Amino acid sequence: MKITKIEIITRSSKLDDLMQALNEIGVLGMTVSQVFGCGLQKGHEEVYRGKKYDINLVPKIKIETVICEVPVEKVLDTAQKVLRTGSYGDGKIFVTELSDAVRIRTGQRGADAIKDIPGERKK
Amino acid sequence: MIDTGDTAWVLISAALVFIMTPGLAFFYGGMVRSKNVLTTIMQSFFIVAMISVEWVLIGYAMTFGTDINGFIGSLDKMGLTGVGMNVLENGTIPELAFVAFQCMFAVITPALITGAFAERMKFAAFAVFILLWAILIYNPMAHWVWGGGFLAELGALDFAGGLVIHILSGVSGLTLCILLGKRKGYGRTAMIPHNLPMTVLGATLLWFGWFGFNAGSALGANALAANAFVTSQAAAAAATVSWVLAEWRFNGKPTILGAASGCVAGLVAITPAAGFVAPLPSVIIGLVGGIVCFFAVAVLKEKLGYDDALDAFGVHGIGGTWGAVATGLWATTGINPDGANGLLYGDSHLFIAQLISIVVAYALAIAGTYVLYKAVAAFMETRASEAEELTGLDIVEHGERGYGRSVMAGSPMLGSFEDSSEMLANTVMNINAQKG
Repeated sequence: MKITKIEIITRSSKLDDLMQALNEIGVLGMTVSQVFGCGLQKGHEEVYRGKKYDINLVPKIKIETVICEVPVEKVLDTAQKVLRTGSYGDGKIFVTELSDAVRIRTGQRGADAIKDIPGERKK
Repeated sequence: MIDTGDTAWVLISAALVFIMTPGLAFFYGGMVRSKNVLTTIMQSFFIVAMISVEWVLIGYAMTFGTDINGFIGSLDKMGLTGVGMNVLENGTIPELAFVAFQCMFAVITPALITGAFAERMKFAAFAVFILLWAILIYNPMAHWVWGGGFLAELGALDFAGGLVIHILSGVSGLTLCILLGKRKGYGRTAMIPHNLPMTVLGATLLWFGWFGFNAGSALGANALAANAFVTSQAAAAAATVSWVLAEWRFNGKPTILGAASGCVAGLVAITPAAGFVAPLPSVIIGLVGGIVCFFAVAVLKEKLGYDDALDAFGVHGIGGTWGAVATGLWATTGINPDGANGLLYGDSHLFIAQLISIVVAYALAIAGTYVLYKAVAAFMETRASEAEELTGLDIVEHGERGYGRSVMAGSPMLGSFEDSSEMLANTVMNINAQKG
């Protein structure tokens, strides 16, 4: 079974909605980081005692999740539905195929390292 | 004859002026990058200790001992010998209360200089320079103006220290920051304040303490003290308003850093005049002081290209100069019979004395700082190396850090000396440079 990494960079304010929507389609694990980036969205200007600084790097969040059972298209559709506002700064989604994975606790490899072990997750 | 009310007020004022120096430490500390917050605070805090000792040992004697030819006090009061339980000459308070009050002035003056050379001076060289500066520049200047020296004879007026404290420290700071050179990356990388709430807290402590500074300089609990209290508040308030309006007009936004800087500029400007001018002129002194200092900091510094990191010259040097001039304009014997009438009250003598004393203060500050710096630099390393500046002086000089976590990202900084907010800011600037 293919293992796919999905990387979503988007507005910080959307994190809660996105996590909930991904949970609902069965994507339960993810890594979230605070990041800074630049693109079409404009930053802002700061002035300290008359000295101006253009702050072009905008704070964003990056969500990384690795999936194998949930279809990639379903994740992409769900993410877009939640994240799209139509303005600059909605972000990007990157999709990468991975060659292997390891669950460190058990030593399981490949898809087994990614799949939920039935009964382990309390819901 | 000791007056208990006067004594109580002067002692309380001494405590108020004391808290200005730690307040200044916070004012400056918030404006530097987080990797230099401790060294900046340490400089002011250590000065409180070092100069207090110096003051008791020789500072008071040099400044207020028996005058020798108008230039310096004799050392007969060294170690406060003979001060004992005496009443202050021509005063109503114990001489020791005056010793304490003046001690706090001797302390804050060199601390003001530290803003100019922030983020790059080695601690050992800093301590030696400041000690020598206090002994060889501050003490003589304070004697010339307040201890019966030649500027006092000339008729110059300086109620609470426009010349002695603000011009002297501001101009010395300018000289020193030019001699030391700019911080690595100045003008190319972003050097933005890491904690403005801390700066505002510091400015608030300065404003609060300044009531002791100015109103306490009446050396009594009387109408003159009340006049100085009101003029100080009026000027600080007016300068806050004018600085904020000026930057709002020219930079588009009213900033809290501007408001905090404005109140200090106003307080600096009114310092020499507080006990000589009426409340209404103090509003004008403040309004002009705020605008003049804003342009010194935002335009003049940029044009001339010196790295007065926290604007010791822009606020204290320029504000003090304006205050000394303004005293020559608006002083009136209607407020203080021991003062004189300024130009706007029909007498030019005071105004000329003020101009001469400004020139003397500038000359002493520039020449004295130059000689002392060269002397210290001859046998000590005065500035941090590039690598040390990059790491930050908190780690290099003091072996500790201000924050366990990076302020910007909230990420733990185990084992890493990098300052993530600075890294981010540098990236911002690099991107701008590529685009530009």
